[in-house]
Amino acid sequence: MLEHYLSLATKAAFVENMALAFFLGMCSFLAVSKKVETAIGLGAAVVFVLGVTIPLNQLLNENLLKPGSLSWMGLPDVDLAFLTYLVLIGTIAAVVQVVEMTIDRFSPDLYNALGVFLPLIAVNCAILGGALFMVRRDYTFGEAAVFGLGSGVGWALAIVALAAIREKLRYNNIPEPLRGLGITFIVVGLMSIGFMAFSGIQL
Amino acid sequence: MASTERETLLDPLINNNPIALQVLGLCSALAVTTKMETAFVMSLAVVAVTALSNLSISLIRNYIPSSIRIIVQLTIIASLVIVTDQVLKAFVFDISKQLSVFVGLIITNCIIMGRAEAFAMQNPPLPSFIDGVGNGLGYGLVLMLVAFMRELFGSGKVFGFSVLPLVTEGGWYQPNGMMLLAPGAFFLIGIFIWVIRSIRPEQVEEDFHVGALSEPGYEGSVR
Repeated sequence: MLEHYLSLATKAAFVENMALAFFLGMCSFLAVSKKVETAIGLGAAVVFVLGVTIPLNQLLNENLLKPGSLSWMGLPDVDLAFLTYLVLIGTIAAVVQVVEMTIDRFSPDLYNALGVFLPLIAVNCAILGGALFMVRRDYTFGEAAVFGLGSGVGWALAIVALAAIREKLRYNNIPEPLRGLGITFIVVGLMSIGFMAFSGIQL
Repeated sequence: MASTERETLLDPLINNNPIALQVLGLCSALAVTTKMETAFVMSLAVVAVTALSNLSISLIRNYIPSSIRIIVQLTIIASLVIVTDQVLKAFVFDISKQLSVFVGLIITNCIIMGRAEAFAMQNPPLPSFIDGVGNGLGYGLVLMLVAFMRELFGSGKVFGFSVLPLVTEGGWYQPNGMMLLAPGAFFLIGIFIWVIRSIRPEQVEEDFHVGALSEPGYEGSVR
């Protein structure tokens, strides 16, 4: 059982890395990767939000949205699957808002570190993408929690690594039109090749 | 068509391309470009959603309280994406299967939110609709270009028809498998931006801004 979870976590973090294999969360991945410090902040926020919203969305999906899931209310024929997107994105936006207010109230230090990134996260495709993958692959609650944390960690690792490379890149003499975005894409491509070395790893 | 409207429609195609210049909406752009077929369907879906969301947000723009506008926009966009998804499932089920989660991810495509926020909230319905079509087409253009390169060099085909006969099928072309994997897409977009900016040096970024998502605590130039 533990083995299954471990292998799921490794797969989510490395083999099927959200940013480098599925191109999810690209907008903020490119925009907020100029300094390692800010990248760590955003990475931590993503791990946190993914870890919270995916299990929560799993519960909603299991008990509300899946065909036949309303049988506990005596409505086994109702199929609300078409509402999936709306419920998922609504949950994500609401959770992000609540998390932001809670952190602000109880831990100002953490708020200063994460606070600015939280609104960005509501529209980060990695979060919605994770939730959609969870729905599609039909994870159980435990699996969803592990998958959320694992994929969050993978995304955070990727953005911190990219930020570190970009900090060094500033000292290089890159052809004018390639500066900024162009070279960043090429670097991300190389990183993605690096991460492909993990494919096939099984625990 | 009046000239301002034509400008609104054509400007996002080359001069102000949402992907190349503003780096919006990449999340879903790269994953669906291994084949031209999927890229084409995805482009159509995005054009439809951007145009309709711009239109409907612009219609009710004077009634949206600014404090909850993001939620309102998100709900409108999500509903439109649900409709699109159902249409795709009904008419092109195979492709909708291949697009998997990426149809749903149109919701968080920054182009749509960005245009709603930047254009539709200030402009009347018709120009907003045209702006939506233009930006959707600009996005589709890049998508189709990337998909063309990836499908041609990755599997020797264009729209599923064999153009370069593969070695495995008795032809001469040894397919470049990397094109079909994630890194190929990154390299292609990088090179695409390089080419556009070599032709139009004024697009080289002075101050790096990605749509509304400018980096907190970061000011000044990149270099």
